[in-house]
Amino acid sequence: MRNPRGREARDVGRGTWDVKRETPPFFRPASCVFRLSLLLSVAYCLSSVSYAQTTVTSTELIERAKELNGKEVSYQGEAIGEAMARGEHFWINVNDGNNAIGVWAPDNFLSVISFTGGYTAKGDWLEVRGVFNRACKMHGGDVDIHALALIKAREGKAVTHRLARGKHTLIVILLGAFICLSILQLLKKRLGKK
Amino acid sequence: MVLKPTLGDLKTIGYYLGKIIIGLGMTMIFPIACALLFREINPLYDFTISILICLIFGQALTMLCHTEKDLGWMHGMVVVSLAWLIAAVLGAIPFYFSGHWKSFLDCVFDSMSGFATTGLVLVRDLDHISRAVNIWRHVIMFLGGQGVVVIALSFLVRGSAGAFRMYVGEARDEKILPNVVETSRFIWIVSITYLVLGTIALAVTGKMEGMSWINSFFHGVCIFMAAFDTGGFAPQSQNLLYYHSLAYEVITIVIMILGAMNFKLHYTVWLKRRKEIADNIETRTFFMTAMFTFFLLAIGLNKLGVYPDALGLFRKGFYQLISGHTGTGFQTIYARQFIHEWGALALIALTLAMALGGGVCSTTGGIKMLRIGVIFKALYNDVKKIMLPEAAVFVEKYHHIKDVVLEDRQVRSAVLISFCYFGLYAVGAIIGMMLGYPALAALFESTSAAANVGLSCGITTPAMPAVLKVTYILQMWIGRLEFMSVFTLAGFFIAFVRGK
Repeated sequence: MRNPRGREARDVGRGTWDVKRETPPFFRPASCVFRLSLLLSVAYCLSSVSYAQTTVTSTELIERAKELNGKEVSYQGEAIGEAMARGEHFWINVNDGNNAIGVWAPDNFLSVISFTGGYTAKGDWLEVRGVFNRACKMHGGDVDIHALALIKAREGKAVTHRLARGKHTLIVILLGAFICLSILQLLKKRLGKK
Repeated sequence: MVLKPTLGDLKTIGYYLGKIIIGLGMTMIFPIACALLFREINPLYDFTISILICLIFGQALTMLCHTEKDLGWMHGMVVVSLAWLIAAVLGAIPFYFSGHWKSFLDCVFDSMSGFATTGLVLVRDLDHISRAVNIWRHVIMFLGGQGVVVIALSFLVRGSAGAFRMYVGEARDEKILPNVVETSRFIWIVSITYLVLGTIALAVTGKMEGMSWINSFFHGVCIFMAAFDTGGFAPQSQNLLYYHSLAYEVITIVIMILGAMNFKLHYTVWLKRRKEIADNIETRTFFMTAMFTFFLLAIGLNKLGVYPDALGLFRKGFYQLISGHTGTGFQTIYARQFIHEWGALALIALTLAMALGGGVCSTTGGIKMLRIGVIFKALYNDVKKIMLPEAAVFVEKYHHIKDVVLEDRQVRSAVLISFCYFGLYAVGAIIGMMLGYPALAALFESTSAAANVGLSCGITTPAMPAVLKVTYILQMWIGRLEFMSVFTLAGFFIAFVRGK
């Protein structure tokens, strides 16, 4: 399903957390020692980041809910159904292939979503970073993720379904059989009356 | 000596089965209309093929077995039990064509689950299914809730003693109006009136909760059919959790309770005798058992601190409880949460609620409130009798539409059926345990299948063993028909093989 704001969706704006790290010129020292220390510090930063945001699947969220409750997680999946606006926020259900998890996000992220999955469309593949709630106090005990950031990893697309082969022929054969049976029944009735 | 059924018996059964199959085929017009509306070409072809198969099969049966003979008790019961099996197989054909099910057995499972208003599902990738197939999943629930035979009675079969025998075979032993065809039509009038009102309420709520008009209306129709017929299917894989809406939950609770009420009670209330709701043994028993099981469930959840506050506990706990007690099976939590978070006490309370069920002559499954009420009334009266002087004589009565004298025959029948249900729950649980599932989980899932509820703790998946799928299919079928017609079918086959 095409989002009404779909055209804007390509523009990764304030609703995303895709940070491009470009090295400023003054960070290019000639010394190897400096480069090594920089590499180590970057590695340390990355390890701490990965500790803070655990990348999880829906199965892990459900099976390890107590452990992950209240933690910042990173979750990926296909946006399905439709985005449901609720005041300044909206709900979008994100399915990673096993289960769909409800994501509660501020409405400025709505522009990220172009397609939601259904019969006629493959939904956008979203990356959600947010706080996981095993039993959300704000939402009556729902399992959900309150999104801090949302990016579109892959854009969805409209799906065209081609007519499967043989169905046409099968219908013609069955229709023929049905008409033959109807004629037979009619004849039987008339003969019975006589 | 057992008498072997004659060719005439077979012809009578075949003729009425044919009529029911034609009636079932005609109902595929709804998904065809939906496919046309949403321009879904493949489902349009799938349903056209399926409708033609039904019509050919039904017409061939009525032609080959044409008879003027009316149905006897045995014929009526056999027709009903076979009709439900055939309906599950024929209803599964469009599912199979859609490619969303792993095997034809899985299609039959979901089809039986729909017709029996259970709600357990084996469908894969439900979020990408066509609207036509989705509406068919819900239409079969609506048809199954009113009764497959009720469809034929309403439109295809003339009102006769045989018609009443089929009606009784479908686990409905109460006539609302003097004529069974009029009763069937009344059931349809009630259902369609509620369908219109419920759909409007859900569609408006859906729109207010951020859905588009088309989706809110489509979901409204589907959810109403699943709620009123205490089925439990939903258009999306998350079931009711998809909506994240308190309003949606409140409305569905009301619809589920309406669906679990006896149609005779609906009729009485329609006649403006509203006091009946408070006086009726079924509503009283339902209120008491719901409160008791919720009390147990709340203790269980509170003890484990599953929900952070009372509102969360009530919203999740009470919703699953009412969904289970009415035999609906809507879920606002994930299946595995039952096992990982809810704990044994809450799970036992919910299993008990599922086992008890709703009102007789409603769309719900399980033991049912009238029987539970009668058993407790008899128990209470027996205790009272002991307390009174030996010479004292008193008449034991209960109120169900009118004052009814409590007789031993009724109590015996209620106890017998209750035991049959407990046996059915136990058989499924034992088979589940033999296949390696934990005892409580196996009992929960088995009760859910046999009482036509549809709540799942995660056992029911496409990957579960085929033996368990067949077990649950049989449980759903036997549980929906309340044993008698299935026992008669078994007797019929035995007579066919061993009779003289």
